[in-house]
Parts: sequence; C-alpha cells; structure tokens
Amino acid sequence: MSQPKIRIRGLKKAFGPKVVLDGIDLDVDRGTSMVVIGGSGTGKSVLIKCILGLVTPDAGVIEIDGEDVLKAPRARARQLRGQIGMLFQNGALFDSMLVWENVTFGLLAERKIRRAAARDKAVEVLAQVGLDASVAMLSPAELSGGMQKRVALARAIASEPAIMFFDEPTTGLDPIMGAVIDELIVDCVKRLGSTSIAITHDMVSAQRIGDNAAMLYQGKVTWTGPASELLTSTNPVVDQFTHGRSQGPIKMALRK
Amino acid sequence: MKAVLNLVETLGAATLGAVTYIGELAQFALSGLTHIFRPPYYPRLIGRSLMEIGYFSLPVVALTALFTGMVLALQFYTGFSRFNASSAVASVVVLAVVRELGPVLAGLMVSGRAGAAMAAELGTMRVTDQIDALSTLSTEPMKYLVAPRLLAGIIALPLLVVLADILGVFGGFIVATNKLGFTPGTYLTSTFTNLRTEDVISGLIKAAVFGFIIALMGCFNGYRSKGGAEGVGTATTSAVVSASILILALDYILTQVLFVK
Repeated sequence: MSQPKIRIRGLKKAFGPKVVLDGIDLDVDRGTSMVVIGGSGTGKSVLIKCILGLVTPDAGVIEIDGEDVLKAPRARARQLRGQIGMLFQNGALFDSMLVWENVTFGLLAERKIRRAAARDKAVEVLAQVGLDASVAMLSPAELSGGMQKRVALARAIASEPAIMFFDEPTTGLDPIMGAVIDELIVDCVKRLGSTSIAITHDMVSAQRIGDNAAMLYQGKVTWTGPASELLTSTNPVVDQFTHGRSQGPIKMALRK
Repeated sequence: MKAVLNLVETLGAATLGAVTYIGELAQFALSGLTHIFRPPYYPRLIGRSLMEIGYFSLPVVALTALFTGMVLALQFYTGFSRFNASSAVASVVVLAVVRELGPVLAGLMVSGRAGAAMAAELGTMRVTDQIDALSTLSTEPMKYLVAPRLLAGIIALPLLVVLADILGVFGGFIVATNKLGFTPGTYLTSTFTNLRTEDVISGLIKAAVFGFIIALMGCFNGYRSKGGAEGVGTATTSAVVSASILILALDYILTQVLFVK
C-alpha cells in the first residue's frame, strides 16, 4: 500500500476551554482530492490551518510525504509546506497590488521568476483560469466576486503546487459561477497532478471536486468514503448534514 | 467574603492580562527588530513606508510646529516680561521646541495619522486572511509587513523633527519680530547662542524612539486584530491611544536620561 501524501493522526486543538479538534485521523492519497464537510465551527478551517502551519496544534502528527512537519526543523517544515497552494474562502487577494502582482507574488518571493518576466507569467496563468490578459492590470477591488475567486485560484496554482487546499471555493457565488470554479479546480488539480483538500458546505460542489470525502463532527472524523456516496450514506450524521435535516444527531442551538 | 474574592479575582485577571499583553508586545517588538537585519530585505516597502510615515505627514507636522512656535513666543514673552527677562524668549523657545515639543508634537501627530493608518491596513489584512495568505506564499509576514514599517518609523520621525524644529523656531521668530519688538538679528543671535549640539541630538534620539513606538503600536494592534470591521476599528483606536500614552511616558524617561544641567 502506497504512502499517503498527507497523513494526520490524533490531531488536537483547543482554544481555551473550547475543543475544536479532538483527535483527527485522516489520510489523503497522492493525486486524489479529499473533500472535508461538516457544520460551521466543527474545525474544518482549523484543520487546514494546522497543516499550513498557521495554527499550532496541541497534539498529533501531520505527515507530508511521510515526514512529520510538526517535528521537522523549521526550514524543512517550511520546505514541506512550500508544496501547498491555498485558495482562501474570500480570495484574500492583496488589495494594495494589481492582479498580476497578486498572481506572481509567490513566484517572486521564491525567486522562481524575475520581476521583468512576472507580468507575462501572470497573463499565462490567468488564461488557465479563463481570464483575459486585460485583467492583469486591474486592482482586486475592480473585480467581481467570481473573478476574484479565479484570480485567487490563479495565484494558488502559479507555482504549480503538489498539494492544493480550497477553503469553501464556491461560497458567495451564484450556481453557474460556482460550477465554473469547480470545473477550474478539477482541471487545475488534474493537470498539475496535485493532491487536494477542499472544505465545503456545498454538496453539489463536494461531489464535483472530490474523489473522497470526510465528515467532521464533534472534533473527530465521523465518516470517510467516496464523495459519490455522500448523499447515499447511511451514517446518520452524514445523512442529516447532506440532506439539511433539522432533526437528527446533529443538534444546532437555536438560542444561546 | 465573596465580594473580596471577586475583587481579588478581577485584580488577578487584570494583572495577568496586563503581563500577557506586555510579554506579547515585547516578543513582537523583538521579532520585528531582528527581521530588520535579516535578509531578504524589501527596499520598495521601506520606501513606501517612508513616504507614508514621513512625506505624507509633512503638512500636519509643519503646521503644528509653526503654530506651536508662534504660541510659545507669545506665552513666554507674557511670563518673562513680568520678571524683566523678555530677552530670554528666543533661547527658551528654541530649547522648548528642539528638546521637547518638536519630538513630542511630531510624534503625537504622526501617531494619529500614520499609526492609525498602519493599524487599519494590517487589521484589514488580518481579518481578510491576507496575512495568512502571505505565509502560504513563502513570505514571512513579520519581515514583509512589520520590519519595513519599524525601520521607516525610526528613520522618518527624526527627519520630520528636524523640519519641526526649524519651523517651530521660525514661528517664534515671526511673532517676536512682528509683534514683540525683537529685531531679526537679536532674536536669531539669541536663538543660536544658547542652542547646543546635545539639545538637538537629545531631540532626535527621542524622535527615533517615538518613531519606533508609533510603528510598533500600529503594527502590533493591527496584526492582532480580529472580528471584522469592529475589530479593525478597535485596533486603530488602540494603536493611537497606546502610542500617544507611551510617547508621553517615554518622553519623561528619556528627558530624565538625557537630562543636562
């Protein structure tokens, strides 16, 4: 059996008395797409922030290519995490920069290209996400939500990462634009041969972009399986969540 | 008994909170300072921060210094003429401006303008995940966002204070020669006879420290902001208030340290 690209064991994180991750175990095989679903506040974003090194977990193991990034020396951990491209929920484009500067920011930071060649490279990457060259000279504030997502995707794929994370990629978009973004994600991931983790509440999107899926509930992975089986799962938690039923094992507080 | 316990608990929590805040601030300052000296360097960002803190603060600092010098001349004349010492106006105006009011007023003005802007910019970047995005793009946020601003603050404020000193003295000169009956030659001779190099240097040392404090509080509060627009607003207010208080407190400490009889 081949080694998973990302292997997580016993991952725990609490913020004060609130336990968010309570022993997460998850494997993401090389070249596959994992979709992580779960209710709001179940720790999906915290999980990927732990992998990215933006949040320090309290306990557990996070392996990339078999190496524990939490125990690796700082430079090595940075190298391992350097393989990850990230699409943030709201795009997180740098609003003080033009689109082409956003797209090539990582490449310039890693000195993979020279500044003089950056604009041409940005135009090339923007074309991969279906954006015209004229967009390169605009500022993020001049773009629609869908275009911002595409630019953010272009920035995430510019350095051709081996691992890609997508945090609610279709949130805030209309169904057609959501489908377009999903198709772009699938296309980019397949073309680059990347391993990906996507967080989403959108079941249609989850089935489009995911090979496998994992459901987070009460700080643990309560179910894993093929993304195509999300809507037919007999797991009561998954069944309630994917069908949006108010009755079931997941209790939502109406009042605090 | 319960009231006493509650009081002790409240005091304990406040003390712990204050100690934690000071510790985090010290850690942040140290990290920012060390990043100034470690590559990679961002000269374009340092230049941009110099423009933001220095160049764009020129008008407000210039006007503040000019009017302060004018007011000082009038007030000192009122006081000194009661002791038949009105000839000392020029000497006292220059010392007050160069040693004290130049750095302090420039610091307070820049804190309100540039410090608030820094906190708002970094705060917005924090709540919109832009700072996290920097980390995922092989860029250390402390080095990219904080170090250039700290360095620019340390460089820009002494330059602004040189201008404030000149305009403060000039303001006193205008009032003294037009309203108080001083001749230009007498006023300027009196100004420069009593001004020593250490007076200017002590003012510039204060300015460099205040520049660092303004940038530090702007970055620290912005970097830690959370909770959307309200959090950014709170961070901006905290940056200005804390920098202003620190400037006034450090002004006394530095005056004591640099005190010359």
